[in-house]
Amino acid sequence: MAEWTTPPLPSKRLTRRHVLHGALASAGLVLGQRLLTGFPAVHAAESTVLHIAGTGVNQYQQIAAKAKEDVGVTIQYTSLVSDDVVKRAATQPTSFDLLDSEYWMLSKIIPTGNMRGLDLTCIANSGRIVPIFTQGTLPDGKAVSRQGTAPIKVSYLPSELATTFATEPTQWMTLIPTVYNADTLGLRPDLIGRPIAHWRELLNAEFRGKAAILNIPSIGIMDAAMVSESMGTIQYGDKGNMTREEIDKTIALLIDAKKQGQFRAFWKEFNESVNLMSSGEVVIQSMWSPAVTKVRQMGVPCVYQPLQEGYRAWAAGLGIPRHVSGKKLDVCYEFINWYLSGWVGAFLNRQGYYTAVLETARELMTADEWGYWMEGKPAQGDIVSPTGEKIESAGAVRDGGSFWTRMGSVACWNSVMDEDRYMIRKWNEFIAA
Amino acid sequence: MRPRLSAYLQVAPLTAVFVGFFVLPIMLVLLVSFFEYQTYQLLIPAFTLQNYVDVFTSSVTYRTYLSTLRFCVIVWATTLVLGFTIAYFLAFHVRSLRWQMVLFLLCTIPFWTSNVIRMIAWIPLLGRHGVVNTVLQSLGLVDAPIEWLLYSEFAVILGYVYLYTLFMLVPIFNAMMRIDRALLEAAGDSGATEWQTLWHVIVPLCKPGVAIGSIFVIAVVMGDFVTVNVLGGGQIASVGKTIMTELSYLQFPPAAANALVLLIAVVLMLVMLTRLVDIRKEL
Repeated sequence: MAEWTTPPLPSKRLTRRHVLHGALASAGLVLGQRLLTGFPAVHAAESTVLHIAGTGVNQYQQIAAKAKEDVGVTIQYTSLVSDDVVKRAATQPTSFDLLDSEYWMLSKIIPTGNMRGLDLTCIANSGRIVPIFTQGTLPDGKAVSRQGTAPIKVSYLPSELATTFATEPTQWMTLIPTVYNADTLGLRPDLIGRPIAHWRELLNAEFRGKAAILNIPSIGIMDAAMVSESMGTIQYGDKGNMTREEIDKTIALLIDAKKQGQFRAFWKEFNESVNLMSSGEVVIQSMWSPAVTKVRQMGVPCVYQPLQEGYRAWAAGLGIPRHVSGKKLDVCYEFINWYLSGWVGAFLNRQGYYTAVLETARELMTADEWGYWMEGKPAQGDIVSPTGEKIESAGAVRDGGSFWTRMGSVACWNSVMDEDRYMIRKWNEFIAA
Repeated sequence: MRPRLSAYLQVAPLTAVFVGFFVLPIMLVLLVSFFEYQTYQLLIPAFTLQNYVDVFTSSVTYRTYLSTLRFCVIVWATTLVLGFTIAYFLAFHVRSLRWQMVLFLLCTIPFWTSNVIRMIAWIPLLGRHGVVNTVLQSLGLVDAPIEWLLYSEFAVILGYVYLYTLFMLVPIFNAMMRIDRALLEAAGDSGATEWQTLWHVIVPLCKPGVAIGSIFVIAVVMGDFVTVNVLGGGQIASVGKTIMTELSYLQFPPAAANALVLLIAVVLMLVMLTRLVDIRKEL
C-alpha cells in the first residue's frame, strides 16, 4: 500500500482575497468570542446566510451546526433530486449561493454560463486535494478510469467565467470536491445464500421478480452497461459515452429482461431503494452506499458487494454561481476552506463516503476509524456513525476493502452522453415496454 | 351602455385570471413545442415540427396512450359504479340528514392526509411480506405470496379507485339530493318498481352529476404520474411520466409537444362527454 503523503503546498501569492479572508476569519473569531462572553453580535445577521442547493447526499444538519459554530455562517440547504439540481442550476441560478453538484452534471451546467470558476489561490488546501480530481490519478500515481464523465475531464476552466472545460489544470476549478464514492450492487445475503461476484447476476433468472434497477436514465444505463458487459453480450468503447448502436443493444437487453418479469420495481429515490431492500421485495439491486448502511441499521442484513468488473463511481463538489460576488463570495470561499479543513472530512468519511482532503480528515479520526473506513482493516472496537448509532462490531471489515482497492477498481463514472437525447427516448421505451 | 359596461366589469376579474394563468401559459407551451433543443442549450427559438414528428412516429407514444386510456376506462367504470351505488345509498336509503352527513364525512377520511402518504400506505399492505399476503398464507389460502398485489397494474388501478371514487361520488350525491322526492312518489304511485324508478327517473336526472364526476376522474387519471410510479413500481408507463422524464432531462420542447398532445386528447374526450350530457343543468 502506498503511504499517505502530503504534497508540498504551492507557494501562495498574497492576493486581495487572501487579505480579506484573513480579515474575515479574525472577524469571525472576534464574533465567536463576543458570543461566548455574551456581548451582542450585531454583525451576525449580516449576509452570512449561505443557501446550498444539491442532492442532499452530504446535507447534514450537524455540518450546518458546526459551520455556524466555527465560521459563523448559517447554512440553508435545499435538497433536490439529481435531475432537479441540473434544472435548478440551468434555469434559476440566483436561487442559491453554492451549488452542490455532481461532476457529470457539469457538462450540462457549465455551458449555460451560470457558474464561475473557483480560484485555487484562495483555497488553502488546494494542493492536498486527492489527485483523482487534479490529475486523474490515485495518490500513488495509478490512473483512474476515464470512462464516463471522469472528474478530471471537467475539473478545470480556462478562465473564471468560461463556458467550456480546460484540458490542462489551471487556476480555476469548476467544483471543489466534497464527497465521492464507488457504487456497486446491494444484496440481501440471507435471501440469496450464495456468493455473488459479477454484475451479470442482476439479470440472472434465479432472481426473477426480485431485482431492481434505478430509474435515473443516465445512471441506470451505466448499471445496465456494467451488466451487459459482464454477460459478454456487448463490448463498449466507452460505457459513459455510448454510440446509438450500443444504446439500442443495451435497451433491448433491458426490455427483454423486463418482459420476462426480471424486475420487481424501478426506484428513483434513495428511500425507495431502502424500502425495497428492507421489505424483501428485492434481493439484488443498484444501490447507494448510505442506503446499504441504513438497511443495516434497521437490523436487516445487506451487503454492498464488490464485483469483479469494478465499480461505477460518482463525485460531487461545491461550485459557486456567477451571480455571487463581493462579500458573499468571500464567505463562500471561507466556507469551502473550512469544509476542507478536516472536521467535515472526518464526519463524511464516517458515513462511508470519501472526501477531498484526506490528511486533514485523518487528524480528526481515531486510528481504528481510519483503519476501518479507509484502510480496509478489521475494526478493533465498535464502529459508530457520526450520529452515534453503532454500525459494526469489532472484527468487521468494510465491503470492498480500502480506499485504494475501491477507488482503484472504478470501471466508469456517472456521465452525460453525447447521445443523451436519443438515450432518454430509448429509456422511455424501456419504461413503457 | 351602462349595463353592458358593468357586465364587462363583472367578467373582467375572471377573464384576467383565465388569460394570465391559463391562456398565456398554454400559448407559451405551444410556442416552446416548436423550438429546437440541445443538451447544452435548453431553448433554441425555431420553427420545427420535429418534436411532433417524434411524438407521432414513436411506437412508445401509442403504447403509452393505450395503457393510460385503458387505466382511464377501467377506473372510470369502477368509480362510476362505486360512486353511484354509495351515493344512491346515502341519498335514498339513509333517512336522517345527520346520518347522511356522518356517512358522507366517513367517505372523505382518506383525504385527511396527503396524496403521497395515502399511496405509500398501500405498500406494507400489499407487499410480498405485507399484511394481505401474511394473512392469506397463515390462513392456508395460498402457498406462496401473491406477487401481483403490488407493483402491478392491479395495484395502480386499486390506488386510482381508492383515491378518486370520492370525486365521482360527490357530484352524483349532489345531483341525487336535488331530485324532487315527489317524482319518486309519482313513479311509485304509477306502479313503477324500485328498479324502474332508478333507471327511468333517477339515472336520467343524475346524468349531469355523472358527467362532472367523469370529468374529474378522466382529467386526473390521464395526467397522473405519481400514483402510477409509486404503485406500479416505476415499471408502468403513463403519458404524464413520459413528460416528467423529458422535463427532468431539460428536454423542454418535446415535453411541451407531448403535453399539448395530451391536452388535446383530454379536451376531445371531455367535449365528447359534454355532447352527451348538458352539464349546465347542474349549475
